[in-house]
Amino acid sequence: MLELRNITRHQGEDVLLDDISLSMQRGDLNILLGPTLSGKTSLMRIMAGLDKPDSGELLFDGVSVLGIAVQKRNVAMVYQQFINYPSLTVFENIASPLRVARVEKSQINRQVAEVAELLQITQVLDRTPDTLSGGQQQRVALARALVKKADLVLLDEPLANLDYKLREELRAELPALFAAMGAVLVYATTEPTEALVLGGNTVCLHEGRVEQFGPTLDLYRAPASLRCAKIFSDPPLNSAKVECVAGQLAFANSQQKLGINIKQIPDGSYTLAVRPHHLSREREAIDDIEVKGCVSVTELTGSEAFVHFSMEDNPWVALLHDVQDFAVASSVEFYLKPQDLFLFDCDDTLVEWQPTIKS
Amino acid sequence: MASIQLQSLAHRYPSAPDYALNSMQQSWSDGGAYALLGPSGCGKTTLLNIISGLLRPSEGRVLFDDIDVTDLTTEQRNIAQVFQFPVVYDTMTVADNLAFPLRNRGIAKNEIEKRVADTLQMLDLQDRANDRARSLTADDKQKISLGRGLVRADVQAILFDEPLTVIDPHLKWQLRTELKKIHQRFQHTMIYVTHDQTEALTFADQVIVMYEGAVVQIGTPQQLFETPEHTFVGKFIGSPGMNVLPCEVDGSEALFAGKRISLSKPIDNPTARFELGIRPEHIKLSPSDGMPLNVTALQDVGRHVIVRGEIAGVQLSALVKDGVAIPENPCVSFDSARINLYADDYRVASGRGD
Repeated sequence: MLELRNITRHQGEDVLLDDISLSMQRGDLNILLGPTLSGKTSLMRIMAGLDKPDSGELLFDGVSVLGIAVQKRNVAMVYQQFINYPSLTVFENIASPLRVARVEKSQINRQVAEVAELLQITQVLDRTPDTLSGGQQQRVALARALVKKADLVLLDEPLANLDYKLREELRAELPALFAAMGAVLVYATTEPTEALVLGGNTVCLHEGRVEQFGPTLDLYRAPASLRCAKIFSDPPLNSAKVECVAGQLAFANSQQKLGINIKQIPDGSYTLAVRPHHLSREREAIDDIEVKGCVSVTELTGSEAFVHFSMEDNPWVALLHDVQDFAVASSVEFYLKPQDLFLFDCDDTLVEWQPTIKS
Repeated sequence: MASIQLQSLAHRYPSAPDYALNSMQQSWSDGGAYALLGPSGCGKTTLLNIISGLLRPSEGRVLFDDIDVTDLTTEQRNIAQVFQFPVVYDTMTVADNLAFPLRNRGIAKNEIEKRVADTLQMLDLQDRANDRARSLTADDKQKISLGRGLVRADVQAILFDEPLTVIDPHLKWQLRTELKKIHQRFQHTMIYVTHDQTEALTFADQVIVMYEGAVVQIGTPQQLFETPEHTFVGKFIGSPGMNVLPCEVDGSEALFAGKRISLSKPIDNPTARFELGIRPEHIKLSPSDGMPLNVTALQDVGRHVIVRGEIAGVQLSALVKDGVAIPENPCVSFDSARINLYADDYRVASGRGD
C-alpha cells in the first residue's frame, strides 16, 4: 500500500502540491485526473522519489520511503514521450532493467516473453524501435516498465502521443493488464473519457489540491464539488446560477421558469448543473424541465450532434444522439429530467436534494 | 481564398521504394472546410506539405484557382499555416505576435490594429494583449499560433496541422467551436490535418479519409458514419468503430452465425471475402430476441455503456445508452437497414430494412 500524508511542495512562491493525503492499494488502478498544471506530474515525481516534498510523509507498505534513493526503490515510470534505446533490439530494451538487476538469463528470457505476449509485441522482439509504429514503441516502453515487476508503477499520460484509434485500442486492453500485475498503479490523464474507460479509482486534482478521491464511476455520478464535476465532464458541464426562495428554485438572471420545489434546502444562491447528454429535444415526462436558448454553433459527427447554445448568458451544449442541424441564432428548447440535475451551494459543494412536485 | 486542385498528384521520397502518396485527383472548392483524417503514416502530412509548398511533389500539379503553383514557394502561395506546437516570439507581446504577419506584408497601421483587436477578442485574449508571450501557458501560446493563422484576411487558404493535439480537453471544445464559427463567418478555405476523428468530423464539411498513402473515402461526416465505402473507414470512424463480421453470401442474402440477412441486391462474386459491417450504435440488446451474446466486458463511460462480447467466436461491441438496462444474458439483433456488406474490404451492398 502506498500512503501519502499531508504532502506539500512549493516551487518558489507557487504551491505545487497542497496538503495531499491519499492511500492506494496494491492491485488497484489509481487515476490522477486534472488539467495541465493541476499537480499530476509533481505528485508522481514525489511518489517516485525523484523530488522531495517540503513537508509530509510517504510510506510504502507502512515503511517511510522518503529518504530512500529512487534507484533503491522498486518503481517503474512511463512517460508521455516514449523512451527506448534506439540501438538495442526490442528484446534488449525490455530486458534492460532485468540485466541491471542481474537477473539470471533464463529468467530474463521467460519474463520478457511473458510481457511481450501480454502487450502483443512478440513478433517484433528482434527489431529496433525505429522500425516500429508509435503505438508499438509505446508498448515497448510499457513492457520495460512492467517486466521488472515493480511495486509501484507510474504512468504519466502514457497514451497522449498516440493516434486516437491506437489510444482507444490500448485503453480497452490496459485494465486487464493492470489487474494482472499486483502493483500500486498510478495513471495520470487530462481526459475524463480515459478515466472512465480505465475504471479503478480516480483522484480529481485542481491547482495542487485533491478535490475528490474514490471509485471512478462514483466521482462521475456524484461529484462532491462543482470543480470536480467540471473536470469530469467531456463535453463540458452546463451550469447556471439559481436562487432558492421559500423552497422554490428559479434561475438567477432569467425570466425562464425552472419550476422545481425543494423544501429541504435553505434559501440562498446555488449553481445548477447538468451533463450535455442529459438534454433532450423532447419532453418525456410531465415533470421534465424546459430550458430555452439561442444556437451559436452545431457540430455534427455523423452519429451525434453537439448543439452549442446560450442559455441566457451561460454557454451550454447539448449532445444529441442523431444528426440534427440547427441554424445559427435560431432558438431551441431542451428538456431536462430533475433527477439528472446537480445542485451546488455557494461554496461549490454538492447539495443532496430530492426533487419534489413541479409547481 | 481559393479553390484547390490536385492533378495526378503523387509523391515518392527520393530514397524510398514505395509511394508515400498514391496518384490522386482532387478538386476542393473555394471556402470549403476540409479535414485530412488518418492514422500516422497514412500520408496526410505529406499531402499538406505539398499543398503548402514545403514539399515539391515527385509527380503531378497543384493548382490554386486554376493557377499552377507547383513550383512556387510557400511564401509565394500566400497561405497561412498553424502547426501542432506553438510558433510564437517569446520576447514580443501577444498583440505584436499577432501583428507580425500583417506588418510583414506592409498592411496599413489602422487596419493592423483592427485585425489584431478582432483576433484577440475571438480568442478571448484581450486581457493579455500587452503581456509578453513568454509568460503564457502552453495552451495560450497555441491560441496565439491559431490567431496568427487567422489574422490575415487575404490568404488563399489556411492550413492546420494537428493544431489542438497539445491542448487540454476543455479548451479543445472552446477552440474547436471558435474555428467552426470563424469558418461560418468568413468562409476561408481551410484544410485541417488530424488523426482525431472528433476534430475532423466536427470541423469539416468534407472529410478526406486516408490510409496507406491513398484517399479511401471523401464524404460528409454522416456519409462516413452511415455508408463507409471501405472497412478501414468503418473501423476508423466511430468509438468503438464499426463491427466487421465475416459472413457468407447466398444470392441476395448474407449469412452470419446461422442468421439470414436480406441484402439490397443480389451479389454474384463467389470468390470474394465477404464481411458484414454493423455499428455498435445499431445493435439492439434484449433478453431473448436474436442471437445470444457471450458478454466479455462492460465499460461504463458515463453517457453510454460499451458492451463487448462474442457470437460464434467473433468479437463485437454494442452501445447501450445511459439509463437503459442491460439484460443479464443478452441476445443481440442488428438494425438491418444500417448494415453494409463488404467484398474484399469494399462496400458492395447494404442491408434491406424490414
